[in-house]
Amino acid sequence: MSLLTYEFMVRALLGALFTGLAAPAVGTYLVQRRLALMGDGIGHIAVTGVALGLLTSTSPTLTAVVVAVLGAVLIEVIRESGRTSGDVALALLFYGGIAGGVLITGLAGQSAAMLNTYLFGSITTISTADVWVTAVLAAVVVVVAVGLSPQLFAVAQDQEFAQVAGLHVRTYNLLVSVMAAVTVTVAMRTVGLLLVSALMVVPVATSQQLTRAFRMTLGAAMLLGMLAALGGVVLSAYVNAAPGAAIVLLALAFFAAAYPVGVWLRRRQRLARPFPGPDDVPVPAGFGEQHSVVPEEHGHEHGEQCGHPAVPHGDHVDYVHEGHRHAAHGGHYDEH
Amino acid sequence: MLVNSPHADADLPVAEIRDGAVELGGRPILRGIDVSVRRGEVLAVLGANGSGKSTLVRTMMGLVPTVRGQVRLFDVPRQDFHDWHRIGFVPQRVTAASGVPASVREVVASGRLSRRRPFLPPRRADRDAVEDAIAAVGLTGKARDGVATLSGGQQQRVLIARALASVPDLLVLDEPTAGVDVSSQQALADTLRTLVLRGVTIVLVAHELGPLGGLVDRTLVMRDGRVAYDGPPIDVFTDADPFHVHHGEPGRTADAHTPAVASPLDLTHGREEQP
Repeated sequence: MSLLTYEFMVRALLGALFTGLAAPAVGTYLVQRRLALMGDGIGHIAVTGVALGLLTSTSPTLTAVVVAVLGAVLIEVIRESGRTSGDVALALLFYGGIAGGVLITGLAGQSAAMLNTYLFGSITTISTADVWVTAVLAAVVVVVAVGLSPQLFAVAQDQEFAQVAGLHVRTYNLLVSVMAAVTVTVAMRTVGLLLVSALMVVPVATSQQLTRAFRMTLGAAMLLGMLAALGGVVLSAYVNAAPGAAIVLLALAFFAAAYPVGVWLRRRQRLARPFPGPDDVPVPAGFGEQHSVVPEEHGHEHGEQCGHPAVPHGDHVDYVHEGHRHAAHGGHYDEH
Repeated sequence: MLVNSPHADADLPVAEIRDGAVELGGRPILRGIDVSVRRGEVLAVLGANGSGKSTLVRTMMGLVPTVRGQVRLFDVPRQDFHDWHRIGFVPQRVTAASGVPASVREVVASGRLSRRRPFLPPRRADRDAVEDAIAAVGLTGKARDGVATLSGGQQQRVLIARALASVPDLLVLDEPTAGVDVSSQQALADTLRTLVLRGVTIVLVAHELGPLGGLVDRTLVMRDGRVAYDGPPIDVFTDADPFHVHHGEPGRTADAHTPAVASPLDLTHGREEQP
């Protein structure tokens, strides 16, 4: 493939591969706790970190990691303690983070274009050292997110139960926050701080359209994230678009394709859900067992091929059509 | 099979609060609590909303800190207690679902974590215990289904199976009958009865006992943060029929059964406002 002859392209694809795997792995736990926008919030806070790096002429990635981890821990502490105004407190942090970042960048005498490479990513300019840092951090995140998945799942699913099961709930919560912060800063160079949350959340939203189990959702989200990241980089090379935007739009395209399938699956599942068995429904006192026969002039014989939804009902099957539930009984159909 | 190994400490209390008091946000919620749960008994904690019945069991589980007194689990001070697999907890919950799909087996498997080590795959015994727990609540055919697709009563059975997965000696259920229809309550009573036969100690919080009434050995009635009654169940607690009016008790009307449960020692039967 001709793209691979460009060294910057190889680095870009490697960076995309690692962030595409790591971001949805953490994102799954954020979505599970209904904190889908936490990645976005950490991204905003990390802007201040980048600006501090520019101001002090140190590595913006390093300062962004430090500030993002601090911000993520602060968010977790606020979330844990305050139950009433938690979301407002988070909003204050988010806007403080981005405003502080813009202000400090100005003080550092840097142009908005410099900040833009962090806000929207510049995957084609990453260095070999960047690729290594990305690979190591992403590997750590993936190993923790997959290896500790039973524990992280239990804590996100039901905090009180997890505590009574002897898990250190606060440690696991902080672990997810720190992993989210690390992932945000790792993905900063790939998709940019403003779009990183999309790579954490959209693949998860896509995979849960099609899955019923948690591990399946996690695995499929990581696969989709990786495909979107790689595909976005390749796409941007051919159409000369911003890679970050291409990655996110590709992830959204996957979602758009999966959503109708998810709607169809959920509808089919709902229709096939068994009716309560005859013994499960208490008969009101004074009413006998209901037995109403459908009039003899029944158009056709119900069966597997008749096209009417067949729904289990106790020890037999009801066929649903035009608002009726018909069950075969001897030579006729009963209305159920 | 879910079999509980016999323990030498048969006569020691399973859970105990001595002179306990609890504050939440500076307000006293529980005070003067002296409760000891004996091995093998079925204890029901009753009381009106806000009487502190949930806080009482949550204090026992270590979910709520005490401001005075001592909590002991299996005769070990709570802060030194590590055998969490001996306790199965069913929190008060309307749903077992969260933001991401999860199968029945996955939710139940998290009940086994108290016996597993991080980063290590489940052993054969862990997988068997999960399947047994799912079977114990009658959901074997649904192990691969998503919990979000189950009915409310089935989701509650998933949470009970999760608590059973660690093969606990003490099962604590917070409002297991809330929002569950009578036939599911009957199924719950049957499940609990088999556990009692295996020697499991059960503590349950309830607003009213309903079909569980026949199982209970001992009731604890909470009222305004104190234990108002501790002893064998009395008819008035199990009388769940809101339309049943006793003649000769002019103050007891259709909606008065809840205050009656809350304050069985209140001889006015709600006829007068408390000062």
